[in-house]
Amino acid sequence: MNLLKSLAIMLGREPTKPAESEFTEGARACHDCKRANKRSSEERAEIVHQMHEAHNVHTWRNRRWVALVLVNLLFVLSYRFDVQLVEGALTASRVIGFHMADLNSALQVMLAFKTILINLVIGTSTVLAMWWLLGGRTFCSWVCPYHLLAEWAEALHLKLAARRIISDHPLDRRLRSVLWLAFAGLSFASGYTVFEFISPTGILSRALTYGPGLSLGVVAVLLAIETFYSRRMWCRYICPIGITYGVVGAVSPLRVVFRPEGCHHEGACRKVCLVPHVLDCTKKGYAPDLKVPIGADCTRCGLCVDTCPTGSLRFEIKGLDKLLSLDERSR
Amino acid sequence: MSRSVEARRKFLRSVLFGGATIGAAMAGWLPVARAHTPRLRPPGALAESQFLAACIKCGQCVQVCPVKAIDLGDIDSGFGMGVPHITARTQACDFSCDALQCILACPTGALSHHPNKKEEVAMGVARLDKPDSCLARQGKGFHGAARGTNFKGIHRYAEIDRWKPVAIASHPYDLPLCDLCVRECPIKDAIALEPLTADPADPRRTPVVKDACVGCGMCEMICPADPTAIVVDAGRNGSAA
Repeated sequence: MNLLKSLAIMLGREPTKPAESEFTEGARACHDCKRANKRSSEERAEIVHQMHEAHNVHTWRNRRWVALVLVNLLFVLSYRFDVQLVEGALTASRVIGFHMADLNSALQVMLAFKTILINLVIGTSTVLAMWWLLGGRTFCSWVCPYHLLAEWAEALHLKLAARRIISDHPLDRRLRSVLWLAFAGLSFASGYTVFEFISPTGILSRALTYGPGLSLGVVAVLLAIETFYSRRMWCRYICPIGITYGVVGAVSPLRVVFRPEGCHHEGACRKVCLVPHVLDCTKKGYAPDLKVPIGADCTRCGLCVDTCPTGSLRFEIKGLDKLLSLDERSR
Repeated sequence: MSRSVEARRKFLRSVLFGGATIGAAMAGWLPVARAHTPRLRPPGALAESQFLAACIKCGQCVQVCPVKAIDLGDIDSGFGMGVPHITARTQACDFSCDALQCILACPTGALSHHPNKKEEVAMGVARLDKPDSCLARQGKGFHGAARGTNFKGIHRYAEIDRWKPVAIASHPYDLPLCDLCVRECPIKDAIALEPLTADPADPRRTPVVKDACVGCGMCEMICPADPTAIVVDAGRNGSAA
């Protein structure tokens, strides 16, 4: 049930407050307690202080940027210096000899070509297993080179928006699902990998390794739209790669988990999040349990973990958490 | 602004941008549909339409080619963007790799494994495009670097180094009658110089392309005439697959 809900929200359904029956005893008690205890002015000052401190934490963002740059650098250096660690591009590669294929690119090829070769099956299964373990859309924020550029464009967008020079123009999130279907259908019907023609992920990955070309114009146009018109438009409302990996990571053991007990419900996490609908549970009185795993659309970027002043949002590995649960309680 | 107006605008924006995304992606069809002269694809490539479908645009073939003959298409190739091609005049495939490395590197079978050796490749076929500029047909020899001293192309000369391709510019020729297209052809019996006339005293010869030609483009690269007298017509792809 929760899985279906998390998938539905990823595909575009707006999150709603859970029904009364969905709350656990513990969660109900937690929410009741918070409602009963109004904060004093000192507490509020403390919260503001904590938020200010948390604002300067960039631990996960920095780790992620290092990882993203390293992964993409590996592709480039492997070719430039012929070390053959990671050959190819993000669409398909060979990592120390093992085939890897981007799930969305592989899907396009299978639909367009209508023949599935064993190498592609091997490459796709390897990547499927890897991203299931690592969290699906983790690909987006930890590997995709466009994500990094989009983050910088987003920072610019937010600066301009704060000065009221521009404003954000959100689109309907269901658009991404429609486009996923449309591109899958177009590949199948036309026999061409239609999406690859505008995929900034593939374009950037190839440009990094094989040298820049005119196709980078696609990336420039997208960044311009995201900077001046619609915040993170590509990743939020358009890119089918996100959905493909989101489905893979829907039941991933690596995830971000929300614990409502210490949360002030200030909403700082939702402001930095690429996909704020997955953080609906952080609203006051919305968490149905004392531990809520964040939904399938989460890219595990860690911005919310960095931003959270109370440690209510954390990375967790399912199972490993149970082993360490005694330790968690004692904190 | 009322909520319903904003909701309607959001919906219209979504339709507009969604449509624009599809439109932009489908624009990749135009260059494909208008391509009158097909590009020379690497050895083993499937027939053009299948090839564009099967290629995952990763460039692994580019990475393994010992003579760096393979380039990836840019945005002007439409759906062929990121798909490998060979510009034979600049750098032809000379089968330096022996074992068809690009085919082995291809993860999707867009470069089909059917050819087991270079003789079974079918990239295209050579054609004497400008007979009048062919030196052999004029009975002329050739002295010096085949494509000038600034030419960047490389080629594996078995007599110099069996495994390491060297710059064509560093390997001057001294030929009483130009036979470069025949001399450097990597395929046995793919091209031959035949007498132009029945007169045995006539030194003039003409290159004749035989059935064995696989269309690698080596003759097009090495031809010293400018523009080249001999060209490779792409597009026999798939017939051998």
